[in-house]
Amino acid sequence: MKWLQDQPAWIRWPIYALLGILLLTIVQSISDTERLTATPTSREMLRWAVPIFLAGLGGLFSERAGVVNIGLEGMLILGMWFGAWGSIEYGPWIGLAIGMAGGALGGFLHAIATVTFGVDHIISGVAINILAPAITRYLSDELWDSPTTSPSTESVGDWDVPVLAGGSLFGWESPDVLLTIANWEWWFLSDVAALTRGLLRGTHWVAIIAILLVPATSWLLWRTRFGLRLRISGENPSAGAAQGINIIRYKYVAVIISGALAGLGGAFISTELSGLFQGGNSAGRGFIGLAALIFGNWRPGGVLLGALLFGYVFGLDLKDLDGTASHALLLVNTIVLIGVAAWAITRKRKADAILATILGALAFIWWVAAEAVPNWWSNILPYVLVLLVLVFFAQRLRMPAALGQPFRKGDS
Amino acid sequence: MRRFLFAAAAPVGALAVTLVITSIALILFGSNPLEAYGDMLSHASKLETQVDILNRATPYYLSAVAAAIGFRMNLFNIGVEGQYLFALLIAAQVGSLVALPQVFHILLIMTVAMAVGAAYAGIAGVLKVTRGVNEVISTIMLNSIAISGLIALLQQRWQAEQENFTSTTLGTNPIDESGLMPNINGLLEIFTRDIGQGKELTGVLLVAVLVGVAYHLLLTRMRFGFDLRASGLNPFAARAGGVPPKQMIVAAMCLSGAVAGLIGMVELADTGKFSPNPIKGLGFGGIAVALLGRNHPGGMVLSALLFAFLDVSSGILQNTEAATKEIVNIMQGIVLLVAVVAYGVTKRIQTREEARATAEALRSSEPAEVLA
Repeated sequence: MKWLQDQPAWIRWPIYALLGILLLTIVQSISDTERLTATPTSREMLRWAVPIFLAGLGGLFSERAGVVNIGLEGMLILGMWFGAWGSIEYGPWIGLAIGMAGGALGGFLHAIATVTFGVDHIISGVAINILAPAITRYLSDELWDSPTTSPSTESVGDWDVPVLAGGSLFGWESPDVLLTIANWEWWFLSDVAALTRGLLRGTHWVAIIAILLVPATSWLLWRTRFGLRLRISGENPSAGAAQGINIIRYKYVAVIISGALAGLGGAFISTELSGLFQGGNSAGRGFIGLAALIFGNWRPGGVLLGALLFGYVFGLDLKDLDGTASHALLLVNTIVLIGVAAWAITRKRKADAILATILGALAFIWWVAAEAVPNWWSNILPYVLVLLVLVFFAQRLRMPAALGQPFRKGDS
Repeated sequence: MRRFLFAAAAPVGALAVTLVITSIALILFGSNPLEAYGDMLSHASKLETQVDILNRATPYYLSAVAAAIGFRMNLFNIGVEGQYLFALLIAAQVGSLVALPQVFHILLIMTVAMAVGAAYAGIAGVLKVTRGVNEVISTIMLNSIAISGLIALLQQRWQAEQENFTSTTLGTNPIDESGLMPNINGLLEIFTRDIGQGKELTGVLLVAVLVGVAYHLLLTRMRFGFDLRASGLNPFAARAGGVPPKQMIVAAMCLSGAVAGLIGMVELADTGKFSPNPIKGLGFGGIAVALLGRNHPGGMVLSALLFAFLDVSSGILQNTEAATKEIVNIMQGIVLLVAVVAYGVTKRIQTREEARATAEALRSSEPAEVLA
C-alpha cells in the first residue's frame, strides 16, 4: 500500500480502477448476474456520472471561493431548460452554450444574494431551487403549451473510439478490439475490456469535455494566479483583501462559473440523454453532485471519482430489472465495509470499525437470505451510499476554511 | 413602532418588486398583468376561495413551523418533504388498521404521524452529532430515500394485501370515518354565510393554530426555546452557559420532524387514505414560507396565506386565461429571493443605525464614564 501511495496519479488511479474491477469480477463469479462488468453498465454509469460530475465541479469552483452552493440543483434545472430551448432554436452546440448561460444566470443570482447582500448561503440556495423550476414551468407553458415537456431536441452526438471500440477513422471501419477481448470470456481480462468498451463506445462529446475538465480545473485552480486568488477567497479572504485582491470579484466569477458548469450538466440531461426537456428529469443530480463534491474532498479528481461511483450504482439499477445485479452488489458492499472496518482498526477508530462491521454483516445476511433484491432498494442505494460515505469519512474531509462565511469589503 | 416599520418594510418592498418583475414577465408574453391580478383578487374575495386558501395555508404553516424550529438554531432541516410524506403513509396505514372512538382514533393517527416524522428527522440529528454529517446533505438524501424507496416499498406491500384490488383502491386502505378530522365549516359560518360548492374547511386549521401558539410560547416563555435561540445565536456562548449542544441538535431535529408529521393530516382528513399521488412540494414550500415570515409565528401566518393565495389563484388564471397559471410559482420564487435579500439589507442598516446610536450615546455622556 505504501508503494502504491508513492506513485504518481497516472499510475495510482488505473491500479485502483483495476482493483475495483477485480473485486466486481470476483463477486460476479459467485453470483447469478453478468451485469456488474457488462458494457451497458459502464455506459450507463458514464451517462449518469456526467451531470453529477459537472454539478459537483460547479460546486468545487463556488465552494473553493467560499460560497456554499446548494442552489446547484436549481442551476442544473435552468441549464436543462435553456439547453433544450437553445438546441431547438439554434442547434445543439449553441444549445449547450445557452444551457450554460442559463445556469450561469442562476449562479449570478446566487452571487448577488450571498456575496453582495450577505444572505445566508443555504437560504439563498434554497430560494434558487424553488425559483428555478417555477421559471422553467412558466417558460415551457408559454413557449411549448406544456409546463413540463418540450418538443424533441437535437443532440451534439457521440463518438466511437477507433480501433479500441470499433469507431470509424476517415471512412475506415476500424476493428473493435475491446469487443473481441470481451468475447473471449477470459476471467478478469474480458471484464476489464467490456467495462472499458462501455466508456469508449457511444461516448458523448460532452462526456469527453467533462473528463478533460478534471486536468483543466486542477491546472486553473492550483497552477495559475487566478486559481490562487480564487482559493484565497475561500480560505482566508481578509488576507487576500489585504494583498489588494478584489475578493468580491473572484467570488462572483467563481459562483457564475459554478452555475455555468451545473447548467452544462443540465443541458446534457435534456439534449443528450432525454432528447427533450422534461420537468423532474434532474432526479436530484445537482444535490448528488454536491455529495460527490464532499466525497471528493473538494478536489476535481475526487469529484469525478464520486460521480462515477454514484453513476455506477444508478446505471446498474437501470439495467437491473430482476434485481440480481443489485443483489450481487450487496456482497460488494459487505466486502467494502469489511475493508473500511479493517482500515478503521489500523487507525484505532473503534466506533467506526464496529459500525462498519455491523453494517457489513447486515448486508451479508441479506445477501445470503435473498435471491434478488426488490427494486426499491436499488432506487435508494445511491442515496444510502452518499450517507454511508459521509458517515465514515465526513470527519476526515477538509473543506475550504472560510466556507459559508460572509465577507464584506473592508473586512481585513 | 420603528422596529415594526423595519420589520414590515422588507416584505412589503419585496412584494412590490415581485409585482414589478412578474408584470414585466406577463407583458413580455402578451398578457395583461392588471387583468390577471384583478382576476386573482376578485376570485379570492369569494368565501369558497377563502376556504380553499385556508385549507392550503394550514399545511404550509405547519411546514413552515417545522422548518423554523431548525432555522432558529441554524439547523437546516431541508427534509421536511420526506418526513411528512413518510409520516403520512405510516399514519394512514396505522389509522386504517384500528377502530376506536373518534377522539382517540384521531389522536392516535396524529401521534403516529408526529412520532414517525420525529424519528425520521432524528436520524439526521444523530448523524450530525455522532458522525459530523452535515444535516443539509443528509436530510436531502433522506428525502430521496423516503420518497423513492421506503414509500414505494411500503405502498407496494400494503397494496398487495388488499382484496378486490382496483384502480380506485390504490393507496392504503381507507380509514374509518371515526379517524377523520371533521371539518369546521360550522365555526366559520357563525361569522359568514353558508359555505357552498361542497367546500369543507379543514379541522386541522385548529391544530395549526395550536402549533403556532405553542411555537410562540416555546420561544418566548420556555427554557427549551431559550436554549434553542441561544444555540442558534452563539453556540459557544450557549455551551458555556450550560446548554448541551449535541442534545439540543437532536431535540430540535426531532421537534421539527414531529411538526412536519402533522402536515399530511390535512390531506388525510380529506382523502381518508394515503393516495398514490399525495400533494408534493409542501415541505419545500414550507421552507420558503418560514424564510419569508422570518421564522416569526405571526409573520409565517401572513406568508403562508400569501403562498396559499398564490397556489389557489392558479386555478382561476387557467379558467379566465388572463395569464399562464405558472406565473404564481414564479411569484412565489421571486418574492422569496427578493425578501431574503431585503432582510439582509435591512439587517445591515439596522446594525449600522444601532452602532451610530451607541456611538452618539457614548459621545454625549461624560468621558470618565466611558473609560470606567
